[in-house]
Amino acid sequence: MPFADFVLYEDEYGKVEAEIGNLCREARITTAAVIDKNGQIIAVAGETGRMDATSLASLAAGDVAAANGMAALIGETEFSVFFHEGQRDCIYMSLLAGRFILIAIFDKKVTSLGMVRLKANKATETLAAVLTAASSKSEAGHDTGGEALFAGITTEDIDRLFGQA
Amino acid sequence: MSFINFSSREINCKIVYYGPGLCGKTTNLQQIYGKTAADRKGKLISLATETERTLFFDFLPLSLGDIKGFNVRFHLYTVPGQVFYAASRKLILKGVDGIVFTADSQMERMDANMESLDDMRLNLAAQGYNPENIPMTVQYNKRDLPGAAPLVEMNRLLNPGGLTWYQAVATDGVGVFETLKDIVRKVLAEVRNSY
Repeated sequence: MPFADFVLYEDEYGKVEAEIGNLCREARITTAAVIDKNGQIIAVAGETGRMDATSLASLAAGDVAAANGMAALIGETEFSVFFHEGQRDCIYMSLLAGRFILIAIFDKKVTSLGMVRLKANKATETLAAVLTAASSKSEAGHDTGGEALFAGITTEDIDRLFGQA
Repeated sequence: MSFINFSSREINCKIVYYGPGLCGKTTNLQQIYGKTAADRKGKLISLATETERTLFFDFLPLSLGDIKGFNVRFHLYTVPGQVFYAASRKLILKGVDGIVFTADSQMERMDANMESLDDMRLNLAAQGYNPENIPMTVQYNKRDLPGAAPLVEMNRLLNPGGLTWYQAVATDGVGVFETLKDIVRKVLAEVRNSY
């Protein structure tokens, strides 16, 4: 079955953001992000100004999906860790709780792959627990205080979106 | 799979443009990119070959504005239409919330249209979706070409379920936003029904 819709509440979002913020500091990573396998950004920490996070998330999800397509072809269930090395900056990615991806971008003059991997593994445990809980909460139902959150959306609301675009 | 972030007050949805090679999927995204205000769009990413054929996907993020205090964001993707990129097409359908099936109106491309439609249904099923349950809009592109097939015939072959359909000349922008608006409306209706 495809994944169900995913709803992220402020509590879990805060925990994810805090954990990847810690990861940036402890591993001296430039930017860390958690995205889902469909390319949606869950949270970003560190330096984000010089980077188009939306595009990065889409391409990272495509990268992981393509690699895991190759994994299936050679009889592997999936690849869980991905690494791209540039002249200065590198990207490390690992799967998280089945449906998410942790991305770490780092300058190899500032830190090392070993350090990033060590700290990322540690962060993965915490992040997986938070995201698994968030997924369960999302699948259990949407805590909207008893009101249907978007029930009031009208055709006019939707038409107005294009008026603004 | 729509993603709702209560912290950043965002609704994120994914729309995929599907269809045979050279039917105009990338052209749709280029037109949308070209005619959308800078503060409403992100970068148009195209993973293409040296001859500008889509290799993996095109990607365009759009921010349409607010509904009920939530910023409504749509991620538009195209699939590579060429037959031998079947594996890539399957991957791009992951997490899809709505599909625009773009058909080439030239009579000689009708077999390719039907093959692509069958391929889409198989790939949706492989991802665990029931193709009947995914919001979908049909676009008949290249209506300006002299060999364009009659619309009645195209509907008979490609749209037996009677989905909403639009005529388009994507190179001139004709029908592009009408199609987008229709699929956005359908996807948001699903969101409204789910929450």
